[in-house]
Amino acid sequence: MSNKLENIKKLNVSKSLLLDCKQTVKDFPLAYETYGKLNESKDNAILVFHALTGDQFVSGINPITKKEGWWATAVGPGKAIDTNKYFVICANVIGGCMGSWGPKEIDKKTNEPYGLNFPVITIRDMVKAQETLLDHLGIEKLLCATGGSMGGMQSLQFCTTFPNRTFSAIPIACGTSHSAQNIALNELARQAIMADPVWDKGKYIKKNVQPKNGLAVARMVGHISYLSEKGMQEKFGRKLQEKADYEFSFDADFQVESYLRHQGYTFVERFDANSILYITRAMDYFDLSRQFKGGLIEAFKNQKTKFLIISFSSDWLYTTKENKDTVIALNASGADVSFAEIKTEKGHDSFLVNEPEFLKTLKGFIDSMHIKFKNEKRI
Amino acid sequence: MKKEFKVIADLLPKNVRVLDVGCGDGSLMDLLVKEKNIEVRGLELVEENVKKCIYKGLSVIEGNAETELHQFPNQSFDFVVLSQTLQAFYNPEKVLKDLLRIGKSVIISIPNFGYWKVRTSLLLFGKMPVTKNLPNTWYDTPNLHMCTIKDLFDFCSEKNIRIDRAIGVNENSISEIKKSNLEIKNLFSKLGVFLLS
Repeated sequence: MSNKLENIKKLNVSKSLLLDCKQTVKDFPLAYETYGKLNESKDNAILVFHALTGDQFVSGINPITKKEGWWATAVGPGKAIDTNKYFVICANVIGGCMGSWGPKEIDKKTNEPYGLNFPVITIRDMVKAQETLLDHLGIEKLLCATGGSMGGMQSLQFCTTFPNRTFSAIPIACGTSHSAQNIALNELARQAIMADPVWDKGKYIKKNVQPKNGLAVARMVGHISYLSEKGMQEKFGRKLQEKADYEFSFDADFQVESYLRHQGYTFVERFDANSILYITRAMDYFDLSRQFKGGLIEAFKNQKTKFLIISFSSDWLYTTKENKDTVIALNASGADVSFAEIKTEKGHDSFLVNEPEFLKTLKGFIDSMHIKFKNEKRI
Repeated sequence: MKKEFKVIADLLPKNVRVLDVGCGDGSLMDLLVKEKNIEVRGLELVEENVKKCIYKGLSVIEGNAETELHQFPNQSFDFVVLSQTLQAFYNPEKVLKDLLRIGKSVIISIPNFGYWKVRTSLLLFGKMPVTKNLPNTWYDTPNLHMCTIKDLFDFCSEKNIRIDRAIGVNENSISEIKKSNLEIKNLFSKLGVFLLS
């Protein structure tokens, strides 16, 4: 995998960055991809933030995994975020494992992979790193900053940290802080990895192995939380996996077991276990109100960004109520905010799958914002 | 009624902040943005309408005015508009109080149950009135608390709500309603539009 990663777009971030953990870093790689073309008036740039296990390959075929990009349902030529019209940018978050500065990269001081010597990063650190990409690409102000789940958190963080760098934002299926339930689920994922003896306090990376069993279990936990109870029942029910009767063993008798095992074990091929530890930690530490004295109202004070918050009715990871709390805080600060709840049984994963009502809303908002942004630029 | 939106728009000065509660597909909001450069936000219950507003680039929040007005801070808008919805709430008094808390002024409109066609319909046929303005039958109407223009005058005086303007609206005419002509306007107006504070 590391050989292939040499051919992807990378920015060397030369500006020094003060991380929330107080370490200062500079000269680190930020891997990214772009789709479409930046127009002359530079009013068509959309920054997409990826979620926990995503990467910079939003659309088309991911050159590393050879699978379709994680948001190909929404981004591409003629799609809701139409790359014939818009210039779409996505960077691999720092802490990730698709070419950006992360725990499997080589620490120049020791000439070995960081492992657990990698600093604990935050959502704000991720966003600060990605802002340098806008300077590199010559984009002063984005048309839109958007993402789902952790991508949504990043878009909220981006708007509060850099209030003048985007005209609009669509935080999807997220909140302004991580709930106890979400921290608990992340802890379950981390414990699964750390309980795998191969993990060896993160040093597996030097031995060129992966704590596959632990990482697969971590992924299974995630997958359960991305679906809804009803959605799962409808998809799998009690159906058996290619067999007529129980086998009275602990093999995957049920389809749902087989699905989880498949998801778990294909995931280990493309993801680094230490990255999961670091990124889930960044999500847990996310709390916008904590960053600003005076809480959320202060966080969103003087926001000029036009927000659209989208939630999914069957999402129990980031509920409609949590999303609505963001709307309430934005309203209380006098920000310009719209909110829509998409009625679906597809759970938290709804933003990644073909959910027509969601995609129509996304397109409708972005297209109308583009007209407004063009007008604003003309004045 | 298109006339109603025109009357509401005429009541509003330019460049103010307006909250349109129950904004529907955003027709009124669109009018206010284009003609008065008003910064307008909407609150709408029906998902389909919310999307229509979003496509038009209007700021709208999907939510229920009966339970979700608390999210708007005190006096955060210059005007709050509620068009022909007051009678559909379980607790119109509570909603109206919330509107007066959120807006410095409030504009509401009501279908007038005192309109002569409504009155005669009940009087002559002995059946719940179904008219152009009140098209639903008794069992499927969303209107839980029908009232007349006169009822609203009484209500405001009882609750110490000031009526700054009251306007009777028909398809082709509008007229100022005063205490002195209340009886006659209550009989001949299809809609009442009120500016309250």
